[in-house]
Amino acid sequence: MNTSIKGNWILILALTLFSAPLVIMYGFQLIDSVSRPAPGGIIPQEWELTNWRFLWEPIDSARPSIWRVTFNTFVFASTTALLVCAFSITAAYALSRLNFPARRFFLAGLIMLHAFPTITLIIAIFIVLQFLGLYDSLMGVILVKAALELPFGIWIMKGFYDSVPWEIEMAGVQDGASRFRVWWELILPQVKPGLSALLIFSFLAGWSEFILPLVLAPGADAQVLATYMNAVIADDTRPDYGLFKAIGMFYALPVIAIYLLFQKRLMNIYGGGTKG
Amino acid sequence: MQIKLQNFTKRFGDTTVIEDMSLSIASGEMIALLGPSGCGKSTTLFAISGIHRIDGGSLHFGDRDVTTLPPQDRPVGVVFQNYALYPHMSVAENIGFPLRVQKLNTAEIKRRVGEMAELVQIGNLLKRRPQQLSGGQQQRVALARALVRKPDVLLLDEPLANLDAKLRLEMRSEIRRLQRETGITAILVTHDQIEAMSMCDRIALMRDGQIEQISTPSEMYERPASHYVAGFLGNPPISFLKAEANGKLMLGAENSLPMPQGVDASGPITLGIRPEHFGPQHQGPTVTGRVSFIEPQGREDLIDVTLPDNQRLRAIVPAGHDFALGQDVNWQVDLSRTHLFNAEGNRL
Repeated sequence: MNTSIKGNWILILALTLFSAPLVIMYGFQLIDSVSRPAPGGIIPQEWELTNWRFLWEPIDSARPSIWRVTFNTFVFASTTALLVCAFSITAAYALSRLNFPARRFFLAGLIMLHAFPTITLIIAIFIVLQFLGLYDSLMGVILVKAALELPFGIWIMKGFYDSVPWEIEMAGVQDGASRFRVWWELILPQVKPGLSALLIFSFLAGWSEFILPLVLAPGADAQVLATYMNAVIADDTRPDYGLFKAIGMFYALPVIAIYLLFQKRLMNIYGGGTKG
Repeated sequence: MQIKLQNFTKRFGDTTVIEDMSLSIASGEMIALLGPSGCGKSTTLFAISGIHRIDGGSLHFGDRDVTTLPPQDRPVGVVFQNYALYPHMSVAENIGFPLRVQKLNTAEIKRRVGEMAELVQIGNLLKRRPQQLSGGQQQRVALARALVRKPDVLLLDEPLANLDAKLRLEMRSEIRRLQRETGITAILVTHDQIEAMSMCDRIALMRDGQIEQISTPSEMYERPASHYVAGFLGNPPISFLKAEANGKLMLGAENSLPMPQGVDASGPITLGIRPEHFGPQHQGPTVTGRVSFIEPQGREDLIDVTLPDNQRLRAIVPAGHDFALGQDVNWQVDLSRTHLFNAEGNRL
């Protein structure tokens, strides 16, 4: 251990230098949310929890409660994740295993959609939602976000399906099971690592989404944490940076927790395939 | 269960892999589909299993026409080259899966899984996962899973290819034992002639989507129907010599052999002599040449003899001889065991 630290001190120094700004930023995000610095300074003067007051009292009368917004964000992120997973596991299976007309076209289209700058579609999406009566509703944003995440999800899941040996499928069919049962009972368990990674991944993507809710659901009823924060800081009468940082901290906590809990599974998404 | 494949044709896109092939297998027989890769043997196997659709012809199990039956409904058990065990299931769940699909009750499944596990001698491994098993054990699980449904036909696709040499020997006799004990009709696909010869009642040697010869292993070895069959079977392989038949068999200017009995031929022909039928220890007419290669094998040596016209003959000579490289020799050919083929490669 000692020798390896000695031998790699240049590497460690370089990594420390490069990651220092990030660490300092996160550190002060936390410190500033529970303290008050001297005017113009950075050294905390006094420890206090007033910045976290948004948790137990409305910060002003016009805004919905933080818990309502958090609930919205959770519904938005988890419904998006479930939709993405449900469609990815079926569509990817079809693309990986079934021979249907225009399969190549769909594959090529998938890669293109994956690389597509979705923000350019925002006006078209706005009109479509307006037409469907889903504008300014959480449901509308969920559908849009899920649709935009799908190409990535399908592509990832297809990679996992591709690495499952054909013989398992043939054996299942020969054992008398229907194609659907073979998929559900024999193939799906082999791609579970990919599925759980995708579930977490798309949940996080939904959790941190900002532009779509901002443009497609600006009303108070469908507000999510990202747009809520935006509204707090955009309030030009009395910008409260301490409050903003505390909300930011609150917003980031689930993400940090998920990363800590599921690190290994998230890594799977780049590894692909089952072992053994 | 008798299997009858008639005028079977299989196409993949525009390429016809197998055209008009017919094959009939007796009940309780074990037959090998032998051939190099790409000859259509696996395609035939998967057509019988139902995984590949049959593009032409018909397939009967006994009196029953199964040509258009989906794989789920065919009474067929398959063992795949990589065993295709379900990695997330225990050994017992693997073997029991086909029964679970049939919606048998738990007690019945447990009983039959236990029975089958005893038969393939893995009764103590039922709780393990496939990745905790050795290759030979995985193979046994795959066999048990294929047999547990009590199918009419057992199909084996290169079942020994992934095993090491020692296990291969063991599983060779093990598979044959299971086949005999259950009396099931079995088809073995292999590219290994030793496997085919040692395990099966009959061999169908395939070439380019056609059956070149179908007969018992010894018949195929002793009386190969064609140049191709003679060349495929035998290790070390048979030596072929170009010869001119004009009452005698002329091998260049210096050597000649009398015509074997009962053969009538003239003009250019091919003479096939197996290494075990040529050498100083045999009786018969002789051929002159020079020792050009010696490969010691322990019990015996392989010796190549180059004839004056530069053709080569290989001999198996018992160890303990004192032949040396470059030595001129005059060795006997066991003429009655030689094979003659005409210009088209057919046996004369």
